[in-house]
Amino acid sequence: MRSLVLGGALVGLIVLAALLSFLWTPYDPTLVDAALRLRGVDWAHWLGTDRFGRDVASQLMVGARTTLYVGLVAVGVAALVGTPLGLLAASGPRWLGELVARVNDLVLAFPALLLAIMLGAGFGASTGTAMIAIGVATVPSFARVARAAAMQVLTTEYVLAARSAGRRPLAISVRHVLPNVAGLLIVQSSVSFGIAVLAEAALSFLGLGTQPPTPSWGRMLQESQELLAVQPRLVVVPGVAIALAVLGFSLLGDGLRDRLDPRLKGVGDAGR
Amino acid sequence: MIVLRRAVILLVTTAVASLVVFALLAVLPGDPAQVALGVNATPELLAKARHEFGTDRPLPVQYADWLGGLLSGDLGRSYVTGEPIAPRLLDRFEVTLWLVGTAMVIAALVAVPLGAFAAVRHRRTSGVLVSAASQLGAAVPGFLAGILLVEVFAVHLRLLPSGGWTPPNADFGAFLRGLVLPALSLGLVQAAVLTRYVRSAVLDVLRADYLRTARAKGLGPVRALVRHGLRNAAVPVVTVLGLQLATLLVGAVIIERVFVVPGLGSLLLDAVGTRDLVVVQDVVMLLVVAVLLVNFLVDVLYAVLDPKLRRA
Repeated sequence: MRSLVLGGALVGLIVLAALLSFLWTPYDPTLVDAALRLRGVDWAHWLGTDRFGRDVASQLMVGARTTLYVGLVAVGVAALVGTPLGLLAASGPRWLGELVARVNDLVLAFPALLLAIMLGAGFGASTGTAMIAIGVATVPSFARVARAAAMQVLTTEYVLAARSAGRRPLAISVRHVLPNVAGLLIVQSSVSFGIAVLAEAALSFLGLGTQPPTPSWGRMLQESQELLAVQPRLVVVPGVAIALAVLGFSLLGDGLRDRLDPRLKGVGDAGR
Repeated sequence: MIVLRRAVILLVTTAVASLVVFALLAVLPGDPAQVALGVNATPELLAKARHEFGTDRPLPVQYADWLGGLLSGDLGRSYVTGEPIAPRLLDRFEVTLWLVGTAMVIAALVAVPLGAFAAVRHRRTSGVLVSAASQLGAAVPGFLAGILLVEVFAVHLRLLPSGGWTPPNADFGAFLRGLVLPALSLGLVQAAVLTRYVRSAVLDVLRADYLRTARAKGLGPVRALVRHGLRNAAVPVVTVLGLQLATLLVGAVIIERVFVVPGLGSLLLDAVGTRDLVVVQDVVMLLVVAVLLVNFLVDVLYAVLDPKLRRA
């Protein structure tokens, strides 16, 4: 319950900041002004300015948008590809299950960072290459969760009943299995979202993700890392934002899991 | 039997992975000859460079040549410097292995006792605190931990270097001092993740019937856990450790950039910067093979630790 509330609040805060940034930010986050370089925290600039004179609070708000956008697309891709794969593997013939498992092994050997590097080497790094790389790398987790959960549902009596009534496997998957595994997939989405946020931050930090001038938390950190001794705020602000976002999504995932499956309460908080 | 089966799967997956790496980098836009010579190169010079690089041959021939080279230890020559890649790759890999190995040891040394502690005391404040701290720690990006560690130990306390690398056979003391901060940044974040798994695995064991039986026959809580619980808790923990080794190899790429460590990650990122695609291809392949090999070893170890799975 506590993790659900805390996680929900953190995620809600980030979503609010991102939504608000479409309508209003204190300043233009990309506005460079040499006269305003490295201003401290004051009423005009709540979180000060960076070394280009850009307003940090505004960058943080628009950065939340980037973070959520990358997470949404990456997790969306992973869920849309991984879930059907998992369901097919569970309900299809044995060889199909085996094939999906092998493809999973293969994709697992390509972490998001390596995929992003390869895509970036060819197309030039962008928010798009980062999203696709993170999304593809996340497919196996969805395929696994969907498969494991579907296997359980497939042994239940109502599925047996549907089968003996002559329903086709595909119809059973869609009508009976999917609604019953949806909860677990939502939990997985929240957990994966947290991992995607971390991956996006790392990619942008390395210059392999979101490119200037679009604000992103990872790049804010990278641009100001050598200023840590003089202006620690410039590193701490985006750093805390990243950590809170990751924490928020993982707490939300844990909280939802406890809600959905009271049996796992306090036990499954590390199981993925 | 399971080992043989997994070994065959490993070989096939590696072969397919090599095809994926080659295909991805071969179909991507960008002509290495053009990149090497610049935009002002004449068509004759370009043709000559393509011939030298071998990129004027049909793709299947290029793939077969690259794969043959991989198997015989010849990784080709850099498009940019013209030097053979294999010796440089091995040097860099050694650096990364030092980093990852040390981080792994740090992670295990911190996480196993902390996780067990958090599980045994899961109802008390101390256990809950450890648990909450590990959840928070797992949300911190490794590069942020690195930047903060540099600030404290290199800039303020001046105890350790903020970056760079000394090979162990040059000056062992300097090597150790240079290793501490990058390995800590990598290891502590992993320790936080691992602590959660250890806690959850030990909690499962604490609730198991056989542990209750062990307690009922008169063993104290610690002895019961050590004699009967830890081996069972080890199965999921070993799996996670293996998966984490893969995460660490990739995490090292980022940490090496923060600490200017000349490992595999720096080599890879530099090659991306200069668009030295053949180097990118080789480094990615090496990392992929390392991940696959680790997963294979985890599967085998899994079977050894858990007799129930031996016939699966």
